[in-house]
Order: sequence, then C-alpha cells, then structure tokens
Amino acid sequence: MTAELNFAATATLQVALAGNPNCGKTTLFNALTGLRQKVGNYPGVTVEKKAGKFFGSHGQLIEVLDLPGTYSLHGRSPDEAIACEVLLGERADTPRPDVVVAVLDATNLERNLYLLAQIAELRLPMVVALNMVDVAEARSMRVDPAVLQSALGVPVIATVASEKRGIIELKQALSRAVQVAPEHVARMPDAIEAAVKNISSVLMSEHPERRSSARAEALMLLAQPDGSPRLHAAGAIKTIVAAAQVSVKVAGLDPVSDPVEARYAWAAEIVERSVHGGGYSVTISDRLDAVLTHRVWGWVAFLAVLGLMFFCIFTVAQYPMDWINAFVDWLGGRVAAIMPAGELQSLLKDGVIAGAGSVLVFLPQILILFFFIGLLEDTGYMARAAFIMDRLMSRVGLHGKSFIPLLSSFACAIPGIMATRTIENRKDRLATIFIAPFMSCPARLPVYALLIALCFPRGMVPAWEKAALMVGMYVAGMLAAFGTAWLFKRTLLRGETPMLLLELPPYHAPKLRSVAVQMWHRSRIFVYRVGTVILALSIVIWALARYPRPSDPRAPASVAISQSFAGQLGHAMEPAIKPLGFDWRIGIGLVTSFAAREVFVGTMAIVHNIGDDSSGDNDKNMGAIQGALRGDRWPDGRPVFTPLVCVGLMVFYVLALQCVSTVAVVRRETGGWFWPAFQFVYMTGLAYVASLVIYQGGRLLGW
Amino acid sequence: MTLAEMPIAARGRVSGMTLPAGTHQRLMEMGLTRGASFQVVRYAPMGDPIEIKVRGYHLSLRKCEAAGILVETVL
Repeated sequence: MTAELNFAATATLQVALAGNPNCGKTTLFNALTGLRQKVGNYPGVTVEKKAGKFFGSHGQLIEVLDLPGTYSLHGRSPDEAIACEVLLGERADTPRPDVVVAVLDATNLERNLYLLAQIAELRLPMVVALNMVDVAEARSMRVDPAVLQSALGVPVIATVASEKRGIIELKQALSRAVQVAPEHVARMPDAIEAAVKNISSVLMSEHPERRSSARAEALMLLAQPDGSPRLHAAGAIKTIVAAAQVSVKVAGLDPVSDPVEARYAWAAEIVERSVHGGGYSVTISDRLDAVLTHRVWGWVAFLAVLGLMFFCIFTVAQYPMDWINAFVDWLGGRVAAIMPAGELQSLLKDGVIAGAGSVLVFLPQILILFFFIGLLEDTGYMARAAFIMDRLMSRVGLHGKSFIPLLSSFACAIPGIMATRTIENRKDRLATIFIAPFMSCPARLPVYALLIALCFPRGMVPAWEKAALMVGMYVAGMLAAFGTAWLFKRTLLRGETPMLLLELPPYHAPKLRSVAVQMWHRSRIFVYRVGTVILALSIVIWALARYPRPSDPRAPASVAISQSFAGQLGHAMEPAIKPLGFDWRIGIGLVTSFAAREVFVGTMAIVHNIGDDSSGDNDKNMGAIQGALRGDRWPDGRPVFTPLVCVGLMVFYVLALQCVSTVAVVRRETGGWFWPAFQFVYMTGLAYVASLVIYQGGRLLGW
Repeated sequence: MTLAEMPIAARGRVSGMTLPAGTHQRLMEMGLTRGASFQVVRYAPMGDPIEIKVRGYHLSLRKCEAAGILVETVL
C-alpha cells in the first residue's frame, strides 16, 4: 500500500502506450518495464489494466500504461472504449497521460497510421515507436523514420521490441524535457472543419480545461452514427451536433464516412513518401495459411493442436498434481501429528489445508492451459482458430471469438469467463459467459471416473466403452451449451447477428518471455481469486459437515456426518431427489459439491466412513469408495448405485452449476447478481430435469 | 456486384456500402474506404467467413457483411 502511494507521488511522467492489436505493443511494454509491472482492473469495468514503471535517462521515474489495443478511438468493446477514455482524461481512476507512445507496426503502416491520425487529433505530446522494422526488412520493405518524423512533427524511433532494439533510444526520447504534440493532422473537408469548429467552440466554453482536445472530441461527436451515448452528448451539445451533422449533409458530405476517408487519405500519402519496396510477395505466413486454413488440412491441424493441448492438460499435468496432492496429505498429516485432536486441528486439516489443496491441485492444468493459450495467441494461430470455427459458432448465434473462452472452459470456467472480455457485443458476451460452465472441467473428472467405474464393474466391459462414456459426458455438456446459446440468442439475448471483423496477423515465432509473463499474471489472479472464495467456502462446508457434533464422541464419522447440518440437509433433500434415484447420501455429496465438484468423492468417503480425507481425488481411496458405494442399499434392499443412477448422476454433474468460484466470477464479470443467480437456477434446473428424464425414462424402459 | 460474390484471388475496389451506419464506419476504419483496393484470399473451410487482403494486411469478415459491400472488379 505504501509502496503504491510512493509510486504515484514520485512518478514524474505518465506515459501511455497506444496502438493497434498485434503491433507488438505489449512486447514493447515488457521491454520497457521488465517485470516492474502490476496488472489489475479498471474500476467498474472488467478491462485489464497493465501499468509499469521504468527510469528515464536522467533517473526520473516514468510510469507507463499499456492501453488495450484498438483499431479506432470510436471504441465499441469495453477494451477499446477504455483506451479512448484514458487518452481523453475521462477516467477518474487514471490520470490523463502526459505523453502518448504511438506504436506502429512497420509492416502494416497504413492502417496503423489511421489510429495515429485519431490520436494526433487529441493534441497530446507524442513519441512514435516504429516497431517490427526487422519483419519489414525481411520482406524487403524499408520504412524511413526520418520521413515519418518530418511528416508527423514528433520523434520517431525505429524499434524491434522482441529483441529490445531501440528501447534505449525510446527511453531517451521520453526523457527529454519538452514533448510536443504532432504538428500535422489529417485535414478534413471544409464543410466538416466548419461543423467541427461550431461544436468545439461550445465544448471549449463548457470545459475550458479540455481546450486542446476539443477538436478531436467534436469530430467524434460529429461522426457518431446514431447519436450513441458517447461523450457528454447531453443538452445543448446534442442539438448543436445534430445541426452540424445536417450542415455537413447539406454540403453533400457524410459526417460518418468522410472523416475516415480524410484520415486514410492522409495515411496513404505518408506511406507513399516513407515506405520503399515491399511489393507483393508470398510470405511464409501465406504459405502456412495455405495449410492451416485449408479445407482438409486446416481441420487436421486444428484437431491436432487441441488434441496436444488436452493431452498435456490431462496427462502431463498429472505428475505435478500428484505431487501437490501428496504435499497436501503430508501437510495434513503433520498438522494431525503436531496438534492435539480437536476442533482446531480438524478446522486446519480438513477445512483449510484440504480446501486450499483442492484449488491448488488444479494449478498445473491451468498453467498448461494458459501456456497453450498464450502460445496460440502469440503465434497468431488463435485468430485462425476463430476463422475456422466461426461458421459453426454462427449456427447458434455466436461468433468465432466465443470459441476461445469456451475452449478455455474445458480447463476451468473461470479463465474462460475472464477471456470473454474481448467480445465486443454485450449480448454475445453474456451468452458466452452463460454457457461456459457447461464445458466439462477437470473438477468433474474424479466424479466421472468414480461413477464410470461403478457403472461397469471391473473387467466386464472393454476400456474403450468407458472412454466412450467419458467422451459422451463432454459431448453432453457441449450440446447443452450450444442448445442454450441457440435458445437464448432467439429469446432473452436476441439481437442482430454479431459482426465478425477479425484481423489475421502474420504468424511469428512465439516469444516465450511474453507467454511466461502472461502465464504468471493470469495464474496469480486465478490463485488469488479462487483461493479466497474456495477457502472461505471450504471452511463453511467443513462446519456444515462437522456440526452439530454427535453426543457420543466415539460415534463413527459416518454417523456424525449423517447427524450434521449437511446430513440433515441431505435427509431433507431426499424427497426432492428421490425421483432421480438419489438417496440422502448422494444429497450430502451434492450439497458439499458446491464448493468444488470433486469434493463429491471425498464426501462419499466420509459418509461411508472411509478415512476422513475431504480433499477429494485420492487414488488409494478410490477402490474402497467404490466398494462401499456398491454396497449402498435403499431401505427395501435395492442397490442405490445402479448403472442408470450413475449415468443420471454424471449428467447432473455435467449440467449443474456446482461451483461457487464460477458464480463469484460471473457476478464480477456481469456486474450484478442477476446473471449468476439466473445461471445457477437454469443450469441446476436443467440438471434436475435431465437426470429425472434419464432415471424415469430408463425405469420405463425396464433398466 | 458485392464482395460476397467474388471468387478466390479476384481483385477489386470498394465502390460503396449498403450497411447500417455503425457497421459502415467500422468497416471503413479497418481500411475498406471508397476506392480501396483488395484481393480475395480465401474462404474459411466451411465457406464462411471470407478472408481478404486490404491495405497490406489480412482481414476476415462474414459473407453477411460482405454482401453489403459494393465492389467493382479490377483485372
């Protein structure tokens, strides 16, 4: 806390990095700041805020903000809107930057200059980083920084952020005492300039402190397509903007398209003078795309990438997961050995350690997932995955960008839901968040594994049938997800089909450093957010399962849990879940599963008096649990865990939202309790109905 | 003729748009202004979306929007 205050008090210069997506902005940010960065959120919105600091060439502390990449200041997605708000100084939580570093991709100068033209209109002091000059050179393309510098009137530094070339020069340019705003901005047609003057004079009289950016704001207001709520378009300004739009139209111009054309004409003219060579040639990227987006090979490559990713998540991660489990067991054992048996020991061992362990055990899988996602994003393949998948996603009213969050949700719904932030349209984003938890996450695996083993007694069916049942559960989740999306996009979240505008950036070799930095930040957020929630809830559930204590202290654990609050709840639930073929013991499992689904296994162990390990997937217990569950009988002597009940219960776990952390993240990301509450009721209701249909339908068919 | 009707490898120039103002602005800001020349690179494996090369970069958009972009072919 104090460090933060110090930081703000001593930073002499606020710098913001602005640029298009894929221009190497984040690599530049990492090169400037090293690991002196902090990642948080802009208050009130769920946009990642990346800030860092470095020392200028005279030793002054410079704070730098990595703005979200955007193609235009007419921001549509929450990410893009933030970039614009920060540059205009509209956010109370973020000071208006003193200097903007406009990052340009030298290989794609024209479109990058369009955004620069818009930023230049803001009249903020600017330094230009002409990035990726090495890639341009490799394509025998030469961009002349001197020509660019004289055209723009601000310093232009050629950089190769991935190799840290030009970083010192950039720091020197930022350390200079005097920073200037670009001299030359794209000139608009006369009628538009006149209209802009009318609007900006009103803006200036109302907000004299924002005099310098009045022209830019006026242009933005003028170019608002359908009077969208951008800026302070209220009261007097609104009528003046409307009048200005009319005057532009009377002059035979269009207030929306003509400013865009003027900026592109300006950009094209600069490109004409500053870029030499680089005629059209087939690049390595084009050759790769010929395979990776090919009608046949594209699918093969796509499935191979997914296959490799899940192989690593489910097999390679097993080793560190076993170590973590072993460590948690060891720690629990130490606590039991050191502390006298009692409430405090039980709280620490069964509540805190087992609860935290149940989160930490998923960390290796999540790290591997983040590694792959980072790798796919960094190489440019992610955009191709969206390109390939878009047609399928559009069938249910979503678009290619929803694919990445859904894919991530197979590892954990939480990073998946966090990854929906790139989706511009709020309705699409909500639909994606809503269906993400249907994707089977690894927390369900121990439950599936236990129930599949119960379903098919050992040696009776070939292994591939068990595998097919497992795959079936994954498919059931996906069907539920797409069905729900289809339904919602036609009813509750009805809206026009979302537009897809996707840049397919050139492939490049991944920068492991960037990937590692991203993995580190993302997993830290994960451990912190999930760890706190799960830990708190593990303690609550521990208490529910432990109290009230049985009057006879020597009563076996199974009796104790039966009499506990959780047990009472299980008994109370029995009438409601009996039509699904579930007894009160399963009821207790369903209740405790709300902390995390895999707790079901541990709960079954406790209920059946097998050890007192509530941390879940403990292999050596698995056999004993299976044996005990096979012995479960209804009062009339029928077995509880028939294959039909096992399948119904598995489907229940596929569909029900039994994850407090997901509920907490959805609340954060949607900004209220409505969506998480609705999602909870919908998913759990769907799970109930599906299990009911399976059980009752199966009974009718005589199973 | 619209962009959605163009075959792979065909070159063309944007001559106009029949799309809502917001979509229109967005597409223009990505470089598809009047007179901008482009080349159709490919269609996605399932036939949609379409990938074009415009202003030196690769952009992908759905046929549904492409059908609102009026083009003239360039030989």
